[in-house]
Amino acid sequence: MATRRKVIQRMFEGAVFLGGGGLIWGGAIKANSKSDYVLRPPGALKEKQFLKACIKCGQCVEACPYDTLKLAEPGDGIANGTPFFEPRDIPCYLCTDIPCTESCPSGALDLKKLTKEEEKPDILNTKIGLAVIHKESCLAYWGIRCEACYRACPLINKAITLDFEVNERTGKHAKLLPIVHSDVCTGCGVCEQACVAEKAAIFVLPLDKSTGEVGDHYIKSWEKDDENRINEDVKTGDDEKDVKSAIDYLNDDDLIED
Amino acid sequence: MKKYRFLILRRIIQLSILFLFLGGNYFGWEVLRGNYSSAIIVDSLHLSDPYAVLQILASGFITSSSVLMGALLIFLIYVLIGGRLFCSWICPMNIVTDLAFRLRKIFKIETEAKVSVSRNLRYYILALSLIVSATFGMAAFEIISPISMLHRAIIFGSGAGWSIVAIIFFVDLFILKAGWCGHICPLGGFYSLVGKQAVIKVKHDKEKCTNCMDCFDVCVEEPVLAIVGKESDFIRSGACTNCGRCIEVCNDNALKYSLKFDLKK
Repeated sequence: MATRRKVIQRMFEGAVFLGGGGLIWGGAIKANSKSDYVLRPPGALKEKQFLKACIKCGQCVEACPYDTLKLAEPGDGIANGTPFFEPRDIPCYLCTDIPCTESCPSGALDLKKLTKEEEKPDILNTKIGLAVIHKESCLAYWGIRCEACYRACPLINKAITLDFEVNERTGKHAKLLPIVHSDVCTGCGVCEQACVAEKAAIFVLPLDKSTGEVGDHYIKSWEKDDENRINEDVKTGDDEKDVKSAIDYLNDDDLIED
Repeated sequence: MKKYRFLILRRIIQLSILFLFLGGNYFGWEVLRGNYSSAIIVDSLHLSDPYAVLQILASGFITSSSVLMGALLIFLIYVLIGGRLFCSWICPMNIVTDLAFRLRKIFKIETEAKVSVSRNLRYYILALSLIVSATFGMAAFEIISPISMLHRAIIFGSGAGWSIVAIIFFVDLFILKAGWCGHICPLGGFYSLVGKQAVIKVKHDKEKCTNCMDCFDVCVEEPVLAIVGKESDFIRSGACTNCGRCIEVCNDNALKYSLKFDLKK
C-alpha cells in the first residue's frame, strides 16, 4: 500500500513529466517548423492545416519527375519530413497530370484545391504562391532590356505582362517592365529561376506573405456585384465601439473642441 | 545457422522492404512506395501506421478515407494476428538497435543499466504525444520519429537523419540497454498495448526448460520472459516483439511459436 507521501510524490512527478515534457516537445516542434516562408507542392492545404494533415510519406517527392520537391530535414526550419521546394534551384514545371497532388494519400495535397466548380482538376488553378518583383534590382526597371522572367513564364502574357514606359533618362527608348498578375500567377517559380540577377529580383512568396486584404467595408461601386454588397451586413471588427466612433468621428464634439 | 534462422529471415524481410522503398524512389517501381507511416502497394492498396493516424486525428485533421482504411487494416492485423511484430520484423530501427544490443554483449559493456529508466516510460510518452499533437496542432511523434528519419536517410539520402540514428545507437550502446526499442519508442508502446491478445505468441514448455538462461541473454524485452522455467504458458506480455530470438537460441526446444486463442490476462 503506497503511503500518502508516495502518492503525492508520484502525482507530482507525473505532472512534471507531462508539463515539462510537453512543453519541451511542443517547443521542439515549433522550433522545427518555425519558417512560414515555405512553398508547398500544388494543391496543398493552408499551411496550418497542411502541417496537421501531412503524414510525411514522401510519395509526392517520389512522384515529382523534375526532382523539384524535397523533404525537409532537421535544421531547415521547415517541419521535418514535409515536402517543399525552392524555385531558384528547381521550380515547379506545372505537370498537366499533377503527379504530386495525385499521389498524396492523406489529403494534405488535395485535387479539390485545383478544381473549380465541376471541371477536372487543372494545374493552372494552383496557387503555390505569388511572384513578387523587387524593382530596384530588376534590370528591366533600370531600363535595360531583359524579359527573362516574361519569356520563361509558362503563362506568358497572362501571369506576367510587359508594360511599356518611356525611358526618361535616354529620352528615346522604352522600358519593358514585367508586371505580375496575381489572379493568373500559379507561383511555380520558373520566373525566379530564370531571373538573371545574382539574387533573383522576381521571387515567389507564399500567398499570405505576398497578398494584402482590403477589408469588407471598401466597395468597388463600379462593379455591379460588388456594389450589391452595400446592402449586406458588414462584418464588424473586434471592437464595435471603434467602428461606431470611426463612422461618427466627424460629428463628434471632441474634434471641434480640440 | 539454426541458431539464427529467424534473425536471418527478419533481416531479409526488413532489408527487402527498404530495397522496395528504394526502388520506388529511384527506379519508379510500383511494388511499394511511401514510408512506414503511409505506403501504397502496387499502386492500389494503402497501408498506414495507425499510431501516426491517431496523432493526426488528435491534431484535429480528419485524414482521407484511404489512409483511415489503411490504418484500420494494419491495426487489425497486429491486434488480431501479429502482436508487436512490426518492431522486430519490419521496423528498420530494429537493425540499428539490435546491433547496439549485440555489441554490448560482445564488448561486455556493463550489463546493468547505468541509468534506471522504467520500461513503462514509452506508455507515458505515447500519452504525451497525443496531448502534444492536440495542443500544438501537429503529429508530435511523426515530426521527430527516428524511424521516419532513418527511412529518409536511406531512401532520400537525408544527412540529418543519420545523426539522429547515430545518437540512438550510442545511447543504446553505452547508456541504456535496449534504450530506444525497450523504453522510449511510443510506436513500440502502442503496439505493446494493442497487440497483447494477438494470436501469434511464443509458447514456453517448462518441462523441457533447463534454466540455462540463454533466452534471457538475447531478449530485448527481458521482463516478458518472467514465466520461463516457472510455468508452461504463452509469453503473454504485449511487449514481446515475436522476434523469435529466444526460440532459436533455446537448445532444449522449450520455446516455440504458437497460436493463442484464449483471452486470459
